[in-house]
Amino acid sequence: MRQQKSIIQNLDWITILLYFLLVLIGWVNIYAAVYDEQHRSILDMSQNYGRQLIWIITSVALALVILIIDAKFFSTFAYIIYFLIILLLVGVLLGGREIAGSKSWFQIGAFSLQPAEFAKFATTLALAKYLSKIDLNISKLSTRVTAAAIIFIPASLILMQHDTGSALVFAALVLVLFREGLSGNLLVLGFLIGLLFILALLFNKFILIGFLAVNAMLVIWLFKEIRRKWGWIAGVLVLASIYVYSVDYAFENVLEPHQKKRINVLLGKETDIHGAGYNINQSKIAIGSGGFAGKGFLKGTQTKFKFVPEQSTDFIFCTVGEEWGFIGSFIVIGLFVGLMIRIVIIAERQRSQFSRIYGYGVASILFFHFAVNIGMTIGLFPVIGIPLPFVSYGGSSLWGFTILLFIFIRQDSVRLELL
Amino acid sequence: MNRSFSDRKYIIIILILAVGFIFIARLFYLQVLDQSYLLSAESNVLRHNIIYPNRGLIYDRNGKLLVYDEAAYDLMVVPGQVEELDTIEFCQLLNISDSTFKARLKKAKSYSYYKPSTFVAQITKEEFGFLEEKLYKYPGFFVQSRSLRKYPLPIAAHLLGYIGEVDNRDMDQDPYYRMGDYIGKSGLERFYEKELRGSKGVQIVMVDVHNREQGSYRNGRYDTVAIPGDNLYLSLDADLQSYGEKLMQNKIGSIVAIDPRSGEILAFVTSPTYDPNLLVGRVRGDNFSHLSKDSLKPLLNRAIMGTYPPGSTFKMVNALVGLQEGVLHDYTSYSCYGPASTPIRCTHDHISPLELQEAIEQSCNPYFWNVFKSIINNPKYPSVADAFNAWRGHVTSIGFGHKFNTDIPFEQSGNIPTASLYDKIYQPGHWNALTIRSLAIGQGEILITPLQLANLSVVIANRGFYYPPHLVRAVGMPEAPIEAYKQKLFTTIEPQHFAVVQEAMLDVFEGEHGTARWAKLDGVEICGKTGTVQNPHGKDHSMFIAFAPKEDPKIAMSVIVENSGYGSTWAAPIASLLIEQYLNDTISRPYIEKRILEGNLISK
Repeated sequence: MRQQKSIIQNLDWITILLYFLLVLIGWVNIYAAVYDEQHRSILDMSQNYGRQLIWIITSVALALVILIIDAKFFSTFAYIIYFLIILLLVGVLLGGREIAGSKSWFQIGAFSLQPAEFAKFATTLALAKYLSKIDLNISKLSTRVTAAAIIFIPASLILMQHDTGSALVFAALVLVLFREGLSGNLLVLGFLIGLLFILALLFNKFILIGFLAVNAMLVIWLFKEIRRKWGWIAGVLVLASIYVYSVDYAFENVLEPHQKKRINVLLGKETDIHGAGYNINQSKIAIGSGGFAGKGFLKGTQTKFKFVPEQSTDFIFCTVGEEWGFIGSFIVIGLFVGLMIRIVIIAERQRSQFSRIYGYGVASILFFHFAVNIGMTIGLFPVIGIPLPFVSYGGSSLWGFTILLFIFIRQDSVRLELL
Repeated sequence: MNRSFSDRKYIIIILILAVGFIFIARLFYLQVLDQSYLLSAESNVLRHNIIYPNRGLIYDRNGKLLVYDEAAYDLMVVPGQVEELDTIEFCQLLNISDSTFKARLKKAKSYSYYKPSTFVAQITKEEFGFLEEKLYKYPGFFVQSRSLRKYPLPIAAHLLGYIGEVDNRDMDQDPYYRMGDYIGKSGLERFYEKELRGSKGVQIVMVDVHNREQGSYRNGRYDTVAIPGDNLYLSLDADLQSYGEKLMQNKIGSIVAIDPRSGEILAFVTSPTYDPNLLVGRVRGDNFSHLSKDSLKPLLNRAIMGTYPPGSTFKMVNALVGLQEGVLHDYTSYSCYGPASTPIRCTHDHISPLELQEAIEQSCNPYFWNVFKSIINNPKYPSVADAFNAWRGHVTSIGFGHKFNTDIPFEQSGNIPTASLYDKIYQPGHWNALTIRSLAIGQGEILITPLQLANLSVVIANRGFYYPPHLVRAVGMPEAPIEAYKQKLFTTIEPQHFAVVQEAMLDVFEGEHGTARWAKLDGVEICGKTGTVQNPHGKDHSMFIAFAPKEDPKIAMSVIVENSGYGSTWAAPIASLLIEQYLNDTISRPYIEKRILEGNLISK
């Protein structure tokens, strides 16, 4: 009895409140996005909004189960859970069902399940378990390689299912490594490599390499203490040139046509007369036409035309923007930012390394989804099909994020028990 | 030691705040500062007008237009915008009944409340003018310009194919299509759908509550242009095709003519045929069901879908295999006892014993039984099955038993039996040349298509190789031929073995006893071979293959006339006339032409 009480007292109700607000906003907007006059009832099970209610109820049940299970369960069985999910990912490759070009679904009766959504919490658990080992030194190469392997195995399996968006999500876990001591230089280096990638696509190879060479010479000329290391700078220059060349090659030969097109449209290299930028334009029209206060609940016209595909899943933020305007968008972004910062703060107050690392994992994954999904609908990111956590329609996604978050809330609830 | 990294939480928090701030700034710009996204007060809906591109045109090899587009209009409906209306007046305007009106509105609703669907398709220009004036009264309805396929020459219906509205499966497979779009349903329209269809454009216009267009949205910034489809340049010769169809009228069968120098199909006739203009527009449904009920099956493309035993034309294949395997020579001679021959009797009256060239010319059955027996009993191979497989390898290399997989839709592969089939029927080791003797004269389990038969003629004309037979020379630009079709495919028969076969085929026209001697054409050396295919369901099929001129072949073909008896009676003269038309562009033997044109072999 005392135990039960302490759980309720120790739960972080702010996080739970933010969670419920986002889920509710999601449900209301799914209703508005799919609404048509033939199916007025929000409980109509033939429509996405009716089904979403089932997902919400089952998610709450899942959350309760997680809160009842012993908190140590998740750290103890982290690797086993991870292993089981890997098996599921392999299984879906062999026996999965293909939807819209991605072979990432299990069909169970009328419902389909997407293992990739569950791989997120499983991988975070495994990573937290590994990094919380006593005397682990993150500056050692073997540590980094193992941590990278934990992230890459599920990511590459998901990539093999042609679900590029979900695979990219795993890159967010780099933030966890950063918090745990991975050199910030590596992140900066990664950023520079990314920048050079975009520059290589935008500019002529020779001009770009010439520009880099001039910069290198300037550095050697200006900074005397670096001058002795000119060999290093020359080496970096050669590597950068090779990289610029290979980016060109990779872009032409590795990426699939629709992915190339999305990047080109975003960079403004290609105008969208063929309609590759059509979705983004429709999405921008919908959001932009919402104005300051929005058109009001169910009054949106743009999102109802279904000219934006994935209206209730990946592009749900359009409905928010159109019907609730700037105020509504501001609130949703505020809730997300609040939730993520709250998770970071909670993570920092953990005594157990495992809980802290796991918390950062949760924050990183939510952050990636938030940044990419909303960035895509307002034209700041290429179209990458990943859902907006808690808000988008979809059972696997809602379940996955609920499990992800509530395992953390459960860990947090026992933070005082650890001395 | 880990404590020392705890300050990094600030970096991560700043990162989260920064992204949140960027998003809010961007949204502030989109939603508050940039007023152009707001719709003006009186216009409350944007309409996405789809601009349909012109479908690609289709030309023949000489630049004659075979297919083009003509303007028409579709009345579209968006059920979510339909308001109370005077249905009586509206139905009168469209000339439809009240129940049709209700049914169509219901169907549109079941497709989508907010996406437009076609309400009345293919309205003519005149009807459109009248309708346009009254349309303001009916919110939710608007007119979309479309086009209809037109065929200036009523030929090659099967090959060109037809277009029709997309069905649910098409829409599931390719999200490009929306309700009411057209898609190639058969023939080249289907095979080259992606090239022909072009790319739809969208024009976004603002529409007020009275269904009146208020102009383009944001100066057309989000409009996309329609891109016309690519034209097709066929290898078909419209004159030859049309002459072939004329000669085949009132007969059942097919003609396939190929240019042996390129594999380009010059004529692709199937009979009975129909006018392609019948399967266009609003009359398509009625005409289609009418044609599909016809007992003569005019919708069936016999040139590729029909499979026949090759009959005597296959004797040349066995001769070539025998020569290549070294079990037969030009001078090999066998005796023939006419109707008394065993195990296969001879139906022709000729000298005995005879050599290969005469045997082909006279189409002697016992001779080719002996040839086939020596192929199957070839001591070079350890077993009958091995020898049979060697035979099969040669036969398939000539193009039989498989599809060519070019641009010919619904192509059939025919059938060349395998050793394992006979193993299954007779048990391994319990069959031999005698068991499968029908293969010697092209009967039995062998099935070929008229296209494959024409290709045999190409192989003999070219002395051992062919190009993949195909219908389209170029897509988009007339001078951009398709590379994949330029590859020479060599058979397993060496060139020197073809001389005797060609000589024998020449004798079919020029020889004293040639089976087609009375159809010969002065001044052109035509090589040919008749075939009379036993048909268990009725009168024999008349079959003929030919190519010409012998020394520099420009055309090779197969002609099949079903239920017409001997190959020499109908198929051979048809081939001869077509060759004359193609090579000389005149007809010097009107008496033959007259007999063919007047020949009615269809007894209804």
